[in-house]
Amino acid sequence: MYAQLVETGAKRLKTMEEMSPEEREFQEKVDAETKIEPKNWMPEGYRKTLVRQISQHAHSEVVGMLPEGNWVTRAPTLKRKLQLMAKIQDEAGHGLYLYSAMETLGADRDEEIEKLHQGKAKYSSIFNYPTLNWADMGAVGWLVDGAAIVNQVVLQRTSYGPYSRAMVRICKEESFHQRQGYQILLDMMREGTEEQKAMVQDAINRLWWPSLMMFGPHDDESPNSQQSMAWKIKRKSNDELRQMFIDQTVPQLEFLGCTAPDPDLKFNEETGHYDFGEIDWQEFYDVLKGNGPCNRERINTRKKAIDEGAWVREAAVAYAKKQKQRAQAA
Amino acid sequence: MTQAEALQEYLLRLADSDMILGQRLCELCGKAPAVEEEMALMNVALDLVGQARNWYEYAADLIDDGRDADKLAFRRDAHNYRNLLLTEQPNEDYAVTMGRQFFFDVWHYFTLKGLTASSDERIAGIAAKALKEATYHLRRSSEWVKRLGDGTEESHQRMQDAVDILWRFTGELITPDDTDRVMAEAGIGPDPDQLAKDWRGMVNEVLTQATLTPGAEDAWMYMGGKHGEHTEHLGFILAEMQFLQRAYPDATTW
Repeated sequence: MYAQLVETGAKRLKTMEEMSPEEREFQEKVDAETKIEPKNWMPEGYRKTLVRQISQHAHSEVVGMLPEGNWVTRAPTLKRKLQLMAKIQDEAGHGLYLYSAMETLGADRDEEIEKLHQGKAKYSSIFNYPTLNWADMGAVGWLVDGAAIVNQVVLQRTSYGPYSRAMVRICKEESFHQRQGYQILLDMMREGTEEQKAMVQDAINRLWWPSLMMFGPHDDESPNSQQSMAWKIKRKSNDELRQMFIDQTVPQLEFLGCTAPDPDLKFNEETGHYDFGEIDWQEFYDVLKGNGPCNRERINTRKKAIDEGAWVREAAVAYAKKQKQRAQAA
Repeated sequence: MTQAEALQEYLLRLADSDMILGQRLCELCGKAPAVEEEMALMNVALDLVGQARNWYEYAADLIDDGRDADKLAFRRDAHNYRNLLLTEQPNEDYAVTMGRQFFFDVWHYFTLKGLTASSDERIAGIAAKALKEATYHLRRSSEWVKRLGDGTEESHQRMQDAVDILWRFTGELITPDDTDRVMAEAGIGPDPDQLAKDWRGMVNEVLTQATLTPGAEDAWMYMGGKHGEHTEHLGFILAEMQFLQRAYPDATTW
């Protein structure tokens, strides 16, 4: 998933006694793992939170095409170029699929995109980092898609039906992307020149911490988590998911023969998990506020595409209207 | 020119045109006027680069000098590229992008259709698969030319401007040279006269439906791509597309 800090509007959880009969019935359904469908009654906060979360996710898919677009024109082989193109195409598809899921909640795609362009809606902070060498295409697939999958696998059980179904489909494709990304790095480490190996390590050094930030703030710093968990929009806490990701990723890192830029990263025999250093939260909040390396470029590019494409969309609407009139006249 | 020489030349033309147009479409990643178009543009680009790979592989087998498909795509300089000049023209606005695509797609569709009947089995096989993709490309770009041509006043003007800007590059698509003639005579390539007739027929039909005016049949035409004489654009396309291969010539695996 590509959603961080999704606002729920809730200061604290309501008890069952405090809930209206409708709210109680809704909560019981959620507790019983019955999927909520578009036509079912739902609390306004639930609906709004989901719109925010799904739109963030959809925006992330679309904005996430830009760091890859940065290298698709410079891929090293026909095979890698085709793979990257297919991945980008999948991402555009995920964006569309998620916007559709969001529209089942009564939200409007154009309005939500407008919010993104005005800086009112978020997308994953990871895409505000630049892709500076070819190995970034491997590292993005492995780490970024990898982090996304950890979240999304859990979200396949999310309480909202259309979102849950979107996740099932998206997870399959993301897993494929992740394996391809890892393979890019593995091939360069095994058969590459010293310069290529240095590219791989450089990509990991730059993308390691931003990937861990994708899971969002610590649980106690995440005021909206509790409500999202009760609604089963969120199924595991940020810290739990981050730990899962690290535990599965470090052995892969070692297999590559690379290192993480974290001197505190080591296996803890007692807990059976990897211990790791503290994330630079100042950087996380800075990037979220718009002060990442590429925030401006990403939003400007997206805004320009949509603004300058307005005449194209208007033409399509005008033509469709004419065609309809012609069909009626015939 | 021997038939063998002409065949290598012909395959490189097919490959290079697919490759360069695919590359131009890649430049639009994240910059299309709608998310649906992002998907469609990348889909078309993917088809074209995939087809380029098939043609390069065949060309590499025939050239047989140790170069593989990647070497042909990423280590030849502009004067050795054989793509149509149309394919290297910049994206500009969406009318130019779609106009370029449409003129190419009509040529591509009829060329591939001819090639499915090629006496060369490998060519016929590649063309049969590619034709399915090109049929969809043509349907899509024709629809866009009609939408933009017969949409709003602004889109009509932009689409007509695009036709006017691009027209001078269309002559090359339907003007045969020795290579085209040798291929046709050997039963490998399509009949050039038929190709020209089909191209003109479909272009006129779609432009008329789109309320657009085609350029004059006797207009001056800018040609030379098929012989390696390109516009200034190609050098920059290759500088970007071949950056890694040239910056890291010792790298054999990526």
